[in-house]
Amino acid sequence: MPETIGFLKPRQAVLDRRPEIIADLADLLPEGCLISDERGLKPFETDAFLAYRRLPLAVVLPETTEQVSAVLKYCSRYGIPVVPRGAGTSLSGGAIPQEDAIVIGLSKMSRILDVDLFNRTATVQAGVTNLNISDAVSADGFFYAPDPSSQLACTIGGNIGMNSGGAHCLKYGVTTNNLLGVKMVLFDGTVIELGGKALDSSGYDLLGLVCGSEGQLGIVTEATVRLIAKPEGARPVLFGFASSVAAGSCVADIIGSGIIPVAIEFMDKPAIEICEAFAHAGYPLDVEALLIVEVEGSEAEMDTMLESIIAIARRHGVMTIKESQSALEAALIWKGRKSAFGATGRVADYICMDGTVPLSQLSHVLRRTGEIVASYGLRVANVFHAGDGNMHPLILYNINDPEDAARAEAAGNDILKLCVDAGGCLTGEHGVGIEKRDLMRHQYNKADLDQQMAVRAAFDPQWLLNPSKVFPLEGRPAA
Amino acid sequence: MIVHFEPASEEGIASVVRSAAAERVTLAIVGGGTRSGLGNPVRADRTLSTRRLAGIVAYHPAEMTMSALAGTPLAEVEAALAANGQMLSFEPMDHRPIFGTTGEPTIGGVFAANVSGPRRYVAGAARDNLLGVRFVNGRGELIKAGGRVMKNVTGLDLVKLMAGSYGTLGILTEVTFKVLPVPPAAATVVVSGLNDAEAAAVMAEAMAQPVEVSGAAHLPESVRGRFIDGALPEGAATVLRLEGLAASVEMRAEKLVAALSRFGSRSQLDAGQAKALWAEIRNVKPYADGTARPLWRVSVAPSAGHQLVAALRLQTGVDAFYDWQGGLVWLRMEAEAEAELVRRYVGALGGGHATLVRADGEARARAPAFEPQAPAVAQLSERVRATLDPARIFNPGRLAAVA
Repeated sequence: MPETIGFLKPRQAVLDRRPEIIADLADLLPEGCLISDERGLKPFETDAFLAYRRLPLAVVLPETTEQVSAVLKYCSRYGIPVVPRGAGTSLSGGAIPQEDAIVIGLSKMSRILDVDLFNRTATVQAGVTNLNISDAVSADGFFYAPDPSSQLACTIGGNIGMNSGGAHCLKYGVTTNNLLGVKMVLFDGTVIELGGKALDSSGYDLLGLVCGSEGQLGIVTEATVRLIAKPEGARPVLFGFASSVAAGSCVADIIGSGIIPVAIEFMDKPAIEICEAFAHAGYPLDVEALLIVEVEGSEAEMDTMLESIIAIARRHGVMTIKESQSALEAALIWKGRKSAFGATGRVADYICMDGTVPLSQLSHVLRRTGEIVASYGLRVANVFHAGDGNMHPLILYNINDPEDAARAEAAGNDILKLCVDAGGCLTGEHGVGIEKRDLMRHQYNKADLDQQMAVRAAFDPQWLLNPSKVFPLEGRPAA
Repeated sequence: MIVHFEPASEEGIASVVRSAAAERVTLAIVGGGTRSGLGNPVRADRTLSTRRLAGIVAYHPAEMTMSALAGTPLAEVEAALAANGQMLSFEPMDHRPIFGTTGEPTIGGVFAANVSGPRRYVAGAARDNLLGVRFVNGRGELIKAGGRVMKNVTGLDLVKLMAGSYGTLGILTEVTFKVLPVPPAAATVVVSGLNDAEAAAVMAEAMAQPVEVSGAAHLPESVRGRFIDGALPEGAATVLRLEGLAASVEMRAEKLVAALSRFGSRSQLDAGQAKALWAEIRNVKPYADGTARPLWRVSVAPSAGHQLVAALRLQTGVDAFYDWQGGLVWLRMEAEAEAELVRRYVGALGGGHATLVRADGEARARAPAFEPQAPAVAQLSERVRATLDPARIFNPGRLAAVA
């Protein structure tokens, strides 16, 4: 893909001092915590947004908060950019480094420090994976709610950076609603603690500001998160509809009826075909759209809720209803949905968009998305979290054809602008990263954006923490 | 004489702020004035009210969102929601009873003070339900942040920053928030006769059951009789609320009662009593007694709440009851506010947040209303504030507190 997204010009003064910097970092860290050879740096040159890559100056893998602090203090003194990294699963390029930057990887800080079932909290180091938290408390009947699709690999530190969500956030909220406290290191090396096991803190909600700040305000090294009692059971039901409009109005009616399912997922015909061919989940191929609606509770409760939901679906002319009769069938229904991205990769190269829209605009945005992509001579498959309007159009193209790639990127930009114009926003869970940085001006006017950038600069006046990300490169107050 | 502004538009507010900033004149920001007792006293040259900036701007029941101008009376918001079977799930507390104020609470005031009630433990605080804001910053610029969709990670979350900033960062002009369906049924299980420590254990156990408890409070014998006209059963009352579909609530209540079979005597309240009880817990009924006796709102880990009260009892006269599984302690002091003592114990028990909600002028002058922050956090907060209100014209004095 041709590079259309700019990076900041590397600082020559930093590049020139590379050997010295590496020697200094080696002094600050124990053996085995510094990577500086090209082969070792290679895995860190990009994240899951594969279109862009840059080899960093060096990678450090600290084992303690004190080491993170020492490295940041050093980098701030010498004006060296720093890029924080969890597992590198960012889909928006949030962890892609640059040539003059030190990557601080949190992978070695992967201990669960405290599980407090009385208060239903877990305190973990930032490098612990999302799924590991749930695994650690599962036997006691608890789980950690936000469930990004990458939860097997992604870290809680990265989740905090991106304010990650997932399919089940309709009921339980996203990271920011489940985060109680952090220990973090500011760019000058100062270690601060925000929040804790109590629900409220005094003063401004800096914890809320840090969550979703994409590694620009500091580096989180520890987090205290909320645990929730696991429901007795969960059961999905699959509905096939003759049109996206019918599926969309069914979603609105379910919510309007007073039932909040734990998840409502939507797939259009191309997505259904792609997923069914891969997962053999038993998805109907004669429908235009399908919904997966999941409810939770005891068997009797789930029966009651599904009965109401099915009655609503019937009112919207549902063509197919598949109720899962067993855990196996439930898993199969989800397998199709969860393999959507991987299965699409078998059919074509694709870029995954992440806009959100108000539910009333869903049909309009779906129709316009189809028209936009067709006007570029490409195809699109839509899967998304319908309950909270978080759309994921997958634009299919050929990565080896530069013109095709440029068209896909242009179509993607048009779709995100469409989401904003429909009253939504550029990103619901993947983050801005480098990917949507230059579209920020479409969602925010100059005053809005200047205010955000000024707040950012209050944390990092030199603008050296993850500097190429989130905000347009021009017009930064401290750049 | 204090000059009072009541602009009827965002532009009107922006223009007052621009003049104030240019003249270095400070502004006290007020909505309905019902929570003016919260925080440290404000000393400002002029007052600016958002009262005339009122009205629901957009309401989409099927999207579970509403947008309203900041000065919209909370009652108007709640009535519109109720007409559609919806509600503010975070149950904002009404401060009028404890302060003896008479105005109309506004939706802007609810978010500016991040006011939440008993369901906060499971539904999040006001801040968790705030999706987007429009506000005028200290330069008189109209700023928009967030949106009106449930998920939004576009840029910095200034929405959270504005929630609970007590009008010291900007003047909220419009808020967009999440609303939820009113649960069709509710039940409240009462476990009677437990001491504070036992009650904390019972509440923890209840919250660990897969029955979705949406309220867990403990009302010791000293306050029990002051709730729902004394209709709670004999002995301290530990109350657990369940909400949902009628069939679910019934089954869950049975399950919960069974799970707690080894504790105290158990009973259930009828729906009307339960509704009244939770409203009274939310509004701190026992201490809405027309006095200015010092009242603390202390937020700690649920396991620490009863320990805090036990420790304080050895030192001073205190009355207390608990919400949020024991983690929210409403403390009334019999004589002095004892700020130093309260905060020392909160620190020793793992930290938290002690707010002096009510006290006479002398006590308020001596003790900062909010928990003092660590110096590094306070400095950071001050730098953030300087980007929003560089001339420091909004609500001077309201929040400040450094350790």
